[in-house]
Amino acid sequence: MLIKIKGSWELKENQITSLKDYISRRGFIKNAGIMGAASAASLMSSNLALAEESLSTVSNLYDGHDIMDEKTDIKAVRGYNNYYEFGMNKDNPARYAQSLVTDPWRVKVNGACENPGDYNVEDLIDFNALEDRVYRMRCVEAWSMVIPWIGVSLSEVISKLKPTSNAKYVYFETLADPKQMPGLSRGIIKWPYREGLRMDEAMHPLTIMAVGLYGEKLANQNGAPMRLVVPWKYGFKGVKSIVKISFLEKEPNTSWMRLAPQEYGFYANVNPNAPHPRWSQATERRIGDFRRRDTLMFNGYGEQVASLYSGMDLKRNY
Amino acid sequence: MKNHSPRIFLHIISLIPATWLFWQMWLWYNFFPHDLTANPIEFITDFTGNWTIRFLLLTLCISPLAKLTKWRLIKYRRALGLYAFSYGLFHFLNYTVLDYFFDWMLILEDIFKRPAITFGMLAFLLLIPLAITSFKYFIKKMAANWKSLHRIIYIITISAITHNYMMVKADILIPVIHAMILSCLLALRIYFILDKKRMFKKK
Repeated sequence: MLIKIKGSWELKENQITSLKDYISRRGFIKNAGIMGAASAASLMSSNLALAEESLSTVSNLYDGHDIMDEKTDIKAVRGYNNYYEFGMNKDNPARYAQSLVTDPWRVKVNGACENPGDYNVEDLIDFNALEDRVYRMRCVEAWSMVIPWIGVSLSEVISKLKPTSNAKYVYFETLADPKQMPGLSRGIIKWPYREGLRMDEAMHPLTIMAVGLYGEKLANQNGAPMRLVVPWKYGFKGVKSIVKISFLEKEPNTSWMRLAPQEYGFYANVNPNAPHPRWSQATERRIGDFRRRDTLMFNGYGEQVASLYSGMDLKRNY
Repeated sequence: MKNHSPRIFLHIISLIPATWLFWQMWLWYNFFPHDLTANPIEFITDFTGNWTIRFLLLTLCISPLAKLTKWRLIKYRRALGLYAFSYGLFHFLNYTVLDYFFDWMLILEDIFKRPAITFGMLAFLLLIPLAITSFKYFIKKMAANWKSLHRIIYIITISAITHNYMMVKADILIPVIHAMILSCLLALRIYFILDKKRMFKKK
């Protein structure tokens, strides 16, 4: 079963509930998929301890935006996806990703780190320390969702791998298996899909490696078994179904940069003032809404992440 | 007696996409399950834009097809052109009303700053005089000028396909197919012109 711990700083509605009510209400998620058999009591206690710990960090992390953020309908989260490995249309991934085998799943780790090797998902993710993170997700195509992810901070995964001082960037690859992924027959992107983060971005507490959403394991079309979520960046940075993690000294060339370098940069921070050459990024449509709303700098997470980019020209480093 | 059935058939076929779209929009409006995806406005944009280009290409098919088959097809061309205009109007209204909800600042910025939108707007604006002058009254009154005015359908179709090509994020397959069809239609026209000249020479 998945035990979720409120990440606390993210959205106001979640801060109202008292800790005890919260634990008793949401302590047990009826999904036996990930955990297997484990002692409920021990889970409960570790859960409480973690929850208390994270509550203490509420005030300094909460970004203070008074935004009505209703979670997006799960049907949209699972039915409206960009995952070109399974086809170009938004409903293709939901249709064609069902047969993807995500267990067993091996992740290759290499580059500037002390613990390279082949890992299982359970080696990288501590399923006893899963957290609940309700994040806004802003697609570069000017639509957005609010998704209750379940995962761990990427920093926790990275610290297990012990990057050396030469590791300035983390690089990720999505699975590229033509037998399981019909979209690969079209050479839209030079497969596999590649993404990356600067080390300080990767270590930032808001950056997570997600394994679930809405209390359940990730659906294949959402990037099972594990995917990156970087809430202040455009959605395409959230590389899905990760099979490779590399620690690099130099900035990696990511998939969208290769495809159209004048349109997509390495940073891809949500920025209403830096329009895409072909459309405005000033507004977005929240899936389920009729009218557009203003897009927020860093997708509304500026208070937490703006300092990562101090002194940088974000219009140039788009 | 005149046989109306081909014309009725043409209207029914041409109205199927619009009927389906209105039906789906009605479902969407009433919160029923629908096939417009989780982002219906984006879907409507693609759908109406693609049908506009298809009807432009169909309109351009008529004269070469008539020449090749000797069928009397020209009388159906006006209806196809007006359907192209209607789907284009739907596309335009979807953009200005549903998508940007009369946010003219953003719309004008789009038109003047983003060539992809400029081409689309150019295609739509040029379609308007063609739609207006498609009535018999204008055809008679304008005589030879009518034909030269309606030649701008070539500019319109090229602009529309260019607009589509520039708008897609990564998958250029559909605009490329449309461009290839347009190239064939233009090549046929050049062939007919050259053929005519050769006939004159023989005489």
